[in-house]
Amino acid sequence: MALAEKNILNDGGIRMSEATAGDFIALLKPRVMSLVVFTAIVGLVAAPVSINPFIAVVAILAIAIGAGASGALNMWYDADIDRVMTRTIKRPVPSGRVLPGEALAFGLVLSVLSVMTIGLVVNWLSAALLAFTIFFYAVVYTMWLKRWTPQNIVIGGAAGAFPPMIGWAAATDSIGLESIILFLIIFLWTPPHFWALALFKSGDYERAGIPMMPNVAGEASTRRQIFAYSLLVAPVGALPWFLGYTTPFYGIVSILLGIGFVWYALQVLRMPDSDRAMKPAKGLFGYSLLYLSVIFAAYLADSIIERALAVPGV
Amino acid sequence: MTEPELVTLTEAQKKARRSRSVAIGVGLAVLVVIFYVTTIIKFVPSFLNGAS
Repeated sequence: MALAEKNILNDGGIRMSEATAGDFIALLKPRVMSLVVFTAIVGLVAAPVSINPFIAVVAILAIAIGAGASGALNMWYDADIDRVMTRTIKRPVPSGRVLPGEALAFGLVLSVLSVMTIGLVVNWLSAALLAFTIFFYAVVYTMWLKRWTPQNIVIGGAAGAFPPMIGWAAATDSIGLESIILFLIIFLWTPPHFWALALFKSGDYERAGIPMMPNVAGEASTRRQIFAYSLLVAPVGALPWFLGYTTPFYGIVSILLGIGFVWYALQVLRMPDSDRAMKPAKGLFGYSLLYLSVIFAAYLADSIIERALAVPGV
Repeated sequence: MTEPELVTLTEAQKKARRSRSVAIGVGLAVLVVIFYVTTIIKFVPSFLNGAS
């Protein structure tokens, strides 16, 4: 038995960890990571350049680990507020399964590993974008914006919008207008998505002292802003078709999804102040998740179909 | 010389340590495979072209 494991715990010394690998995986925010992976794949596949399949898998893996690392850094820094919110109280750090220092070290090591790997294996543009994304989420959003301004998720939403651009950069070693539009779709989708959540979880955010829009500007103002953003999301979602990047298949799907988004946002706008069940807000939150998944799935399918049709004899 | 006081891990701590060790091992193995295969992908074609 190693001397380092000397038990002076009872004297207030070394603490033996009971954190399992599963607790460290939970630090990576797997659900957020799955959306990051999916949108990054879309950016990578939609790019008009073929990439070695193994290199593509490494690129996606590095993006996933980088996103997870920023999640771990977020959980390290936000442990104090996670402790008072029902939605986050069971996370590994506030529940005591992982020590804050362990989460910090884990996040930092994975950040460096993911950026180095994508840089050495794929290209340094995608590495720079991944590094910037981690920095933006962990430092600009988590440490600065989140506790300071109700515009936190408007600006911070950029961190979640970068993955398709990184995927595109991994394939092309450049940033094209098409990848910027994919970025914009997620960027403009983020505020109505999170504000819908903030409406029916405003008590949580208030307890934690997070200046979310409903707590600062009021619910009526938040509902109006959600509707305004939905009017931006709908046309931007269909922009790739208007600009000729996709087939009418994507155009029809994106327009229908956009109409649905505006309809759900309209129900939120009409929601009376007395409605404490907030069904329309919950409806919009659920629909917004479906919207992003389906619109990116349609984009992916469209890219694959278009490529197959472009191959002679297929 | 007195014997250093050593800790006896509980079953839960042993299980947790084992799961962490396995995860680190798998992670390192994946990293080795990534760099090994990448080296082959990137260098073998240029080596063959240079040899021909």
